[in-house]
Amino acid sequence: MAEGSELLSIRNLHVDFETDAGLVPAVRGVDLSIAPGETVALVGESGSGKSVTAMSVMRLIEGRISAGSIHFQGRDLSRLPEPELRQIRGGQVGMIFQEPMTSLNPVFTVGQQIEEVLTLHQQLSASAARAQTLELLERVGIPSPERRRVQYPHELSGGMKQRVMIAMAIACRPRLLIADEPTTALDVTIQAQIMELLRSLKREFGMAVLLITHDLGVVAHFAERVLVMYAGKIVEQGSVRDVFKRAAHPYTQALLGALPDPLKPALRLSAIPGRVPSPTMLPAGCAFCARCAHAFEPCPTAPPALFEVSAGHRAACFLRDPRLTFVPTLR
Amino acid sequence: MSIPVDPVPAIEALAPRAEAEALGIAETPAQQLWRTFRKDRLAMVGLYVLLGLVIVALLGNLLTGWWVVFDPTTVRLPDKLMPPLSVPSAALASELRPPFGSYPFGTDELGRNVFARMLQGSFVSLSVGVVAVGISLSIGVTIGGLAGFYGQRKLGPVSIDTLLMRFTDVALCFPTFFLILTVVALLPPSIYNIMIVIGITSWMSIARFVRAEFLALREQDFVTAAKALGLPEWRIIFRHMIPNAMAPVLVSSTINVAHAILTESALSFLGFGVRPPYATWGNILADGRSYIFDAPWLFLIPGGAILVVVLAFNLVGEGLRDALNPKLRKRAR
Repeated sequence: MAEGSELLSIRNLHVDFETDAGLVPAVRGVDLSIAPGETVALVGESGSGKSVTAMSVMRLIEGRISAGSIHFQGRDLSRLPEPELRQIRGGQVGMIFQEPMTSLNPVFTVGQQIEEVLTLHQQLSASAARAQTLELLERVGIPSPERRRVQYPHELSGGMKQRVMIAMAIACRPRLLIADEPTTALDVTIQAQIMELLRSLKREFGMAVLLITHDLGVVAHFAERVLVMYAGKIVEQGSVRDVFKRAAHPYTQALLGALPDPLKPALRLSAIPGRVPSPTMLPAGCAFCARCAHAFEPCPTAPPALFEVSAGHRAACFLRDPRLTFVPTLR
Repeated sequence: MSIPVDPVPAIEALAPRAEAEALGIAETPAQQLWRTFRKDRLAMVGLYVLLGLVIVALLGNLLTGWWVVFDPTTVRLPDKLMPPLSVPSAALASELRPPFGSYPFGTDELGRNVFARMLQGSFVSLSVGVVAVGISLSIGVTIGGLAGFYGQRKLGPVSIDTLLMRFTDVALCFPTFFLILTVVALLPPSIYNIMIVIGITSWMSIARFVRAEFLALREQDFVTAAKALGLPEWRIIFRHMIPNAMAPVLVSSTINVAHAILTESALSFLGFGVRPPYATWGNILADGRSYIFDAPWLFLIPGGAILVVVLAFNLVGEGLRDALNPKLRKRAR
């Protein structure tokens, strides 16, 4: 991908949290870029730093961006003054959250909340904002928008609320939509509808989507490229086809292996042994080595770089190091 | 043979009323609050008493100010210490005769109409209560809100939260009543000084409530969502957080009004309150103290009024607390 053609470009992002136990690194050098109109999925377990990465794009985190840059349309969001950042938040970058139940303010009607965004970013008059709100509600698939507009969030179901959140996020036609686990709190049939809605909105507005999820099924159906995060680092990235068909990193392989196959029901679901290392006690080398079935000498001591597997497909694993001359014993 | 088909699809047959019911009728939070509140009989009694008091106080202020015979300072020495509902004596000059040809609450040791004095006093009590709580609310919400929202920021070696909340703790440590007594004794006696002094000594509980609410609200998704939508910070605080933090503050304020009224009465009773020719419930009570056996109505009437009003405020406060508690709230059916 040519430099400069990207919509969002994150370089060497480090995010730390100050806690009583000291400085905790949540994100340790993430590189990520999204082209206009592209859908990129960021997957990983809870605590892998995927949400922190997404939130730090909008500087919505308590933690500190200690290094790196986040360029959006050529401007570094990590250093932008607050008033200019506010123009981008909700204007050019929209965001939807995991919990539609709590993401709407309970004391205002749905309409008031959408209209607030419209009047703020587009300086619309009250009647124009109202008309556009109805249009937006209609567009995100809410039946009888006139009635829904004057209802309070508690009167809506979870799926409806997520649709309202989407309406708010796309109200100003953003270039980038950050979707932080948009379907995790919804049941499966609603999940499919919401993802379908996002797909059609993306096509209609030509916006790029950064999808944060731990649902590999959603990734396979929705994204074009996927980045796998583990303990604050990208361990594998590539097109969805490459990563899913030819997973190169043992962690990705284990993740895919943990998916239950409906055609081959197993007595026990396979899981990855061990647990994610605590961010305060990360090993010097590869963070996955303690759980890795393929670990060999260099793993615990030196962090692996992202090695090219094929064009656009890279994995942070010494097994993919082109200098590797022997095949270590695989178990 | 054909199967009879209902020409109206089932969904349309339900509309629109049944559908509205099935979906829950649009109801503002205020309507919901009122519906729950209304079920609390005692709180409703308290509310009616308070509404009555507001009318009496406003009306009383008009009457005592503009109508000479209602003047609470008119001295009618021939008619001193008359019991309630007694008729003025014939010796009284015709322009001094009380309205309605009787003294509904009797007269005091100077022959002043206790009814007129109570009317004037009700306005004092109510305005002191409301204004003092207004002052304490603005201080409490500001300090609590700042501590809750910006608390994590450091100001030198200490955080803003520590600074503000320890200041609140210090303010809580003062023996409030004696502080008020001292301040009022030093300042010229005026109703405004009393309002201000009561206001700036009663904001601590409100500050604590608001801080606690803000700490919880800060972490709420809708506050993050509001930030993600690019809303400015002041708008998030005033439009999104304060309305959500008002429930415990409202309850506490209602009870604080009762407290302020009691404090004002006590100050007036001790002679540190409003200057004597101006009647307040506290100084009517103080005057009546000397005639406790000869003219018991002189302390029973203002004392009873204070009791009823304070009780009414507390009942309304309790009712609000219950109505605002989501666990006790029932869904519309």
